[in-house]
Amino acid sequence: MLQLRRTLALLKGETGNQLARTGSSLPFLDSANNSSGLVLQSQSTDVYQNLALEDWIDAHVDLQQRGILLLWRNQPAVVIGRHQNPWSECNLPAMRKMGIALARRRSGGGTVFHDHGNLNLTFFASKKAYDRKRNLKVVTEALRRLRPNLDVRATDRFDILLNGHYKISGTASRLSRKSSYHHCTLLHSADRSALSTVLRPSCPGILSNATPSVPSPVANLIDHAPSLAWEELLEALVQQYNTEFGLSSVFTLVDPSSECVFPGVGNISTELRSWDWTFGRTPKFRVETLLELRDEHLPARCSAQLQMEVKGGQVESCRLDVPAGWLPLWLSRQLSDVLVGERFCPHRAAAAVTAMLRAEKGQFHSRLNNLCEAVLAMMG
Amino acid sequence: KMAAVTRGSYIFVSRLVRRTSFRCAPCCGPVVQFKLSDIGEGIMEVTVKEWYVKEGDKVSQFDSICEVQSDKASVTITSRYDGVIKKLYYDVDATALVGKPLVDIETESKEDVVETPAMAREEHTHQEIKGHKTQATPAVRRLAIENNIKLSEVVGTGKDGRILKEDIMNFLAKQTGAILPPAPVQEIQTPGPSPPSAAAPAGRPTSPSTVVKAPPPRTTPVFTGKDVTEPVKGFHKAMVKTMTAALKIPHFGYCDEVDLSRLVALRTELKPIAESRGVKLSYMPFFIKAASLGLLHFPILNASVDEDCQNITYRASHNIGLAMDTSQGLLVPNVKNVQLLSVFEIAQELNRLQALGAAGQLGTAHLSGGTFTLSNIGSIGGTYAKPVILPPEVAIGALGKIQVLPRFGAGNQVVRAHIMNVSWSADHRVIDGATMCRFSNLWREYLENPAAMVLDLK
Repeated sequence: MLQLRRTLALLKGETGNQLARTGSSLPFLDSANNSSGLVLQSQSTDVYQNLALEDWIDAHVDLQQRGILLLWRNQPAVVIGRHQNPWSECNLPAMRKMGIALARRRSGGGTVFHDHGNLNLTFFASKKAYDRKRNLKVVTEALRRLRPNLDVRATDRFDILLNGHYKISGTASRLSRKSSYHHCTLLHSADRSALSTVLRPSCPGILSNATPSVPSPVANLIDHAPSLAWEELLEALVQQYNTEFGLSSVFTLVDPSSECVFPGVGNISTELRSWDWTFGRTPKFRVETLLELRDEHLPARCSAQLQMEVKGGQVESCRLDVPAGWLPLWLSRQLSDVLVGERFCPHRAAAAVTAMLRAEKGQFHSRLNNLCEAVLAMMG
Repeated sequence: KMAAVTRGSYIFVSRLVRRTSFRCAPCCGPVVQFKLSDIGEGIMEVTVKEWYVKEGDKVSQFDSICEVQSDKASVTITSRYDGVIKKLYYDVDATALVGKPLVDIETESKEDVVETPAMAREEHTHQEIKGHKTQATPAVRRLAIENNIKLSEVVGTGKDGRILKEDIMNFLAKQTGAILPPAPVQEIQTPGPSPPSAAAPAGRPTSPSTVVKAPPPRTTPVFTGKDVTEPVKGFHKAMVKTMTAALKIPHFGYCDEVDLSRLVALRTELKPIAESRGVKLSYMPFFIKAASLGLLHFPILNASVDEDCQNITYRASHNIGLAMDTSQGLLVPNVKNVQLLSVFEIAQELNRLQALGAAGQLGTAHLSGGTFTLSNIGSIGGTYAKPVILPPEVAIGALGKIQVLPRFGAGNQVVRAHIMNVSWSADHRVIDGATMCRFSNLWREYLENPAAMVLDLK
């Protein structure tokens, strides 16, 4: 008890908005004080830790009496919605090269790119108090107060547009049994070139019912308001949150990796990092594409048709139509055979395929090798 | 406002969930249509994205049933009843309508379906017994009352310590067990004197009937485990093919012992230098480099043969593979062109491959093109092994663990020696015993006397 008190006391940041301090040491559990809100800022820039923190708050904090505002930002990462397909939403090989992480969040909606220039806001409330329009009003009003000349408006789809055209914020939310959270992004100074490089499909020919993202032209706030500093933006948002909801909030810095303050959060972030959650939760999809094959020795080329069904991130069925003159049917069938039951992942498939290639030493080895390479390149 | 009224009573809404009809199943409780209640914000339809249950599954109250999505909001629908799922009304990706049935649940008894006014979950399921708050559904409470059981005495095994029907049944079983009398004493009578017609030897004493206490009836434990069969797929299927092809090669084995005492001392010296350059130095880089030096003298061990052993190809590059235990199983990435690399460079490359292996990111480039393989099984354990050659290679070595053993040193004194066993396998169609032996001796000499390696390093 005493240690937690000390930890939280140490974590309290100094901002101009510290209008009230609760008497008790544990603001999370102190739900008696109705007029005080709680504004948290995450000290971590690890996307999995921050998403785990959201989950933890949603599951463990009593939101019936009052809500919470969480402010956070991440190192470069692509965050896809709960029911989306990462292979069709983002460029996985490019992300691997650039060291950009991929995370799947628990809320619905589309794909976004996070980096240090993007602010995330999460509004936690009870189911009764779930009101996305009101939350977005906090953002638009704060911006209007900061820079009255900026034209920022929330749309029916809960996006925020700058000058009626550029998207500076996207929204998603999650509703559980008793609680809810609504989070949105806010582009302050994100790296737009990285954004456009990674938000492209890895894999051609994907057919699925996964939630598609709706691409929109984006802009940074600093493009239109160059003097707007990050700290200034944060302060204004916190103040507007208090104004809108009639609160006198306590502002606290939190460490989402702390098991003392958030027991069990480590398990949640481990789950969010796992392949099973990130890729394995992809809704069922089909891939139909043409593979370009070549034989360096002759030289010669040909095209092969590939059809795959992927469920739970694993290849359920695979059909390779390679012209019989190029490669004997039984060899292409063997490759299909070996791919079924493996993850739809170029590394897993590489292991299976190289093991299979060891057993095939005949004259078709190099063509089979080329076919394998083409299939793996398709997997992103 | 309609929205304000319905939003608050999402799960424990009973005003909206009207029991229009229910059919009584032949033996169990009634089947209830669980309708999709209001999500809020005036939304009338949602898309069903994922089912957590299927027909026939047992569910408890508050278990997750499915995930629906509406307009960027992801919602988890939880069950209102205990029971068995009888019917799913929608497929994945179908549009579900608010107010229409989502699933049919066969509940345990009529009690579960009783309509209660919308009140807090706590009131609905808790029963205050002597200041104890115990969670149980109405059906379970009734069962307890009928059997004169105090809920506060029952241990709940459900979610949040909820008392389930099984918990009541277990409690009952324990109670009645204590009351039953012990197994009755049985009288066993040995047969009396045999009838005169039987061929009984004369003079056999007749035994009086005896009363023997029988042991209480013993219940034989029943093993409920079941065999599980599943198809061999993917990587494992490919391994089946590889190993089948491998064992077509006539293998012969050759083993030896290597005294690594000097190498151990050398590595201890060099380890900090490598670390200062950011590289972790193990023994493997030395083993790999020594193998490459040996292959320069015995290039046939770095060859491959074709399908019918018609042609043999002497490979120019020494791409030495290292068997690596990963989460996926045994992968063999190789270090390319060892003949051009220093021990330090080999160590660097090994670090890189190990990091990729741990991250599950080894690709075809790393995994193919190997010409010779070493397996460091000793890092896990073991002394001697019988490794299987990985086609299209013709030789492989398995290294046992390094043990400290007594050996005779100079002057017939017993010294502490660091001993490691190596087990080679080679393709007997193209490699003969003498070749393998000479290669092994050369390799061993380099490792027993690392100074000799310095002479021959390129």
